Amino acid sequence: MSERYLLGNEAIGRACLEANLDFASGYPGTPSSEIVDFLRYQKERDFYVEWSVNEKVAFENALGAAWTGVRSLVTMKHVGLNVAADPLMTSGYTGIKGGMVIVSSDDPYAHSSQNEQDSRNYAAFAKIPCLDPADIQEAYSMMVSAYGLSEECGLPVIFRPTTRICHSKSNVTVGEAGQEHRTAVFEKDPKQFVVIPVHTRVLHKKLNEKQKGLAEKLVEMGFNRAEVRGKTAVVAAGISASYVEEIIPDDVSFAKIGAYPVDEEWLKDFAGKHEKILVVEELSPVVENVLRQVSCGAEVFGKKNGCVPYEGELDPASVALAFEKAGFEHKYEYIIPEPVTDLPPRPPILCAGCGHRAAFYAMKKVFGSKAVYPSDIGCYTLGIQLGTVDTTICMGASITVGSGIASAGEENDVVCTIGDSTFLHTGINGLINAAYNGANITVVILDNRITAMTGHQPNPNTGMTAKGIESPSLSLEALCRSCGVSFVEIIDPYDLTGTLKMFEKAKAKKGVKVIIARQPCVIDAKRSGIKRKPFTVDTDLCTGCGLCVKFGCPAIEFTDKKASVNSLCMGCGVCADICPAGAIRMEGKR
Amino acid sequence: MSESFDLLIVGVGGQGTVLASNIIGESCLIEKRSVRSAETHGMAQRGGSVETHIRIDGKYGSLISPGTADLIISFDLLEALRYSHFLKAGGKIISSSGIIVPVSAFQQNLVIPTPQEIKDRLSDFDLTVIDAEKIALDSGSLLSQNVVMLGASASALPLSEESLLKAVKGLVPPKTVEVNTRAFESGFKAFGNKI
Repeated sequence: MSERYLLGNEAIGRACLEANLDFASGYPGTPSSEIVDFLRYQKERDFYVEWSVNEKVAFENALGAAWTGVRSLVTMKHVGLNVAADPLMTSGYTGIKGGMVIVSSDDPYAHSSQNEQDSRNYAAFAKIPCLDPADIQEAYSMMVSAYGLSEECGLPVIFRPTTRICHSKSNVTVGEAGQEHRTAVFEKDPKQFVVIPVHTRVLHKKLNEKQKGLAEKLVEMGFNRAEVRGKTAVVAAGISASYVEEIIPDDVSFAKIGAYPVDEEWLKDFAGKHEKILVVEELSPVVENVLRQVSCGAEVFGKKNGCVPYEGELDPASVALAFEKAGFEHKYEYIIPEPVTDLPPRPPILCAGCGHRAAFYAMKKVFGSKAVYPSDIGCYTLGIQLGTVDTTICMGASITVGSGIASAGEENDVVCTIGDSTFLHTGINGLINAAYNGANITVVILDNRITAMTGHQPNPNTGMTAKGIESPSLSLEALCRSCGVSFVEIIDPYDLTGTLKMFEKAKAKKGVKVIIARQPCVIDAKRSGIKRKPFTVDTDLCTGCGLCVKFGCPAIEFTDKKASVNSLCMGCGVCADICPAGAIRMEGKR
Repeated sequence: MSESFDLLIVGVGGQGTVLASNIIGESCLIEKRSVRSAETHGMAQRGGSVETHIRIDGKYGSLISPGTADLIISFDLLEALRYSHFLKAGGKIISSSGIIVPVSAFQQNLVIPTPQEIKDRLSDFDLTVIDAEKIALDSGSLLSQNVVMLGASASALPLSEESLLKAVKGLVPPKTVEVNTRAFESGFKAFGNKI
């Protein structure tokens, strides 16, 4: 045992080491990415770790591994579970041999996500257990016990940390990495692993029969626990329990829900001892729904009567407000000052020297502001600031939404943008479909050879596996051609003239046109030692036209009607091509 | 208000707020005290405004509610103003004097308040402004501004200078231990007694 200061995701990863994990897979997604990132770099236990091409692939790999008897882990963000939902929904039927944990990290307040869906609903839908830790220490211990639970009930377990678990840090007591390894053996059992109708009907009945015992087991394990202290009570789920514990008075009863399904008999017994009960949980009213069904006499307060919000994340002050709305006392007074609102915003932006910015700039120049720009999920979603992101909905949807818009009859050009990792994730299906059905679109694959936004994880286009082993190189251009696209061209977005020409060429043609804009991610390039000389502005030549500023690079500043280049410059040189006065040039050059 | 000492470290993505927060977290471990912190990752870090919440002796959640923080350490004067509503009445701010002008200001011609205007608007708080850039340069590296700010803030934190310095030495890249030690000590000496 040792005490460490750990990121929640690292604690979750470390718990897997203690639990003798032998197989890990995942697709990066904030706030889940650092779990596999920790596992692939750690040296304390040797086992199989992969970054998969998408969450469905990752899920099925981990399921296959668990069927051989080893313990497996699959990680993803909440919306990734939508991609993996197909195998998820039947994995409870087949069950597992070795323990399997599915980490689906939720993101209340959508800090880095397209929605605020609640993975607890998926657990209920798939009829498998779900663990919902309140703090990092609990995340650690729950994760260690999750494997035993999974094996005991024969079901995969959903582990659902939220952003404030994943990306918080705390002092954590951790155990040693286990050194036991199991031998993977797939024992044939068609009645379990082949879900033809005659088998699946039986499996479904067995799954349903497990539910009651499972709910009782979660109380026995201490994940769901309660203390009666008075006639009023607060029931809190997941991380909300930490906020409630900070402000709850000593004479108010407290029930902490950390696992699902909730034992209805147990909760009914607790509810029966109280007159007023407040339920505090983020996102869906999962616990509240159960409590409302079982609380015979008690008055219940929660989302359904406006005490707790359905959206966003909670904090001590917002939980205190929920207490007040329900007429409950709390320990501290919160007076919330008004935030300052008149400051220039500082949203995240594409890095100085990012190739995506140059590609977007050229695209806008050629296709204009009337063209429709469906885009996708990645750093390049920030292209919204350049006016070249008109839609995003989910991973891989730029090409599909684009071909839908074009084939519906939209007369303006449709120019889709998608990153290399997202293209390989679920974009390729859309390209096959667009080529097959003769859509009239331009697809720009923004190829920086890495999954950048989530922390530079390698993908099949990087030429390296999660463990840093060289992998067979994938050819995006060959892949696109084999989908049936004849117009496949590669450009260097730092070459503005060449990029503009290629976009003009694509604009003049009908059908599906693919342009691969290839330039390594600047952060990754810098780390691997690529150095470019920075640029500078000759103030005598600068006319103050401001065209370079419109490019939106954080390395370009503009004061007293003159542009200047600051220390962030990565030397891409695109601004020098944009400047009509020739005032921007490489440092040291005349 | 709460049982913990609650502080925010704020700045612009890339300024080293996470390292600064790690140094405080490790210092808590050195002193065998509990600690909670919350960071900005993912979409929010690309050159955007970033905030780290740290609760020294914290036992509950990592989030600090607006109106309750004891201290803000800011690596950018504009960000000090942006997050000032997190402070409790009369709370303390220790800020770098530097301002990174947001790209949005250049693109949309937005007006940036002057350093004096920012100071005036923060006059209800106990504000100390530090030329971290100069101290960092004098210490040998512009990149050590975050450690300068920690050194300068040391006497405002309920942690010993020795623990903080030990954590600095353990967490910065090995090649930069000397320069960061100098940065911490210069920050501490220049302002340590005044805070």
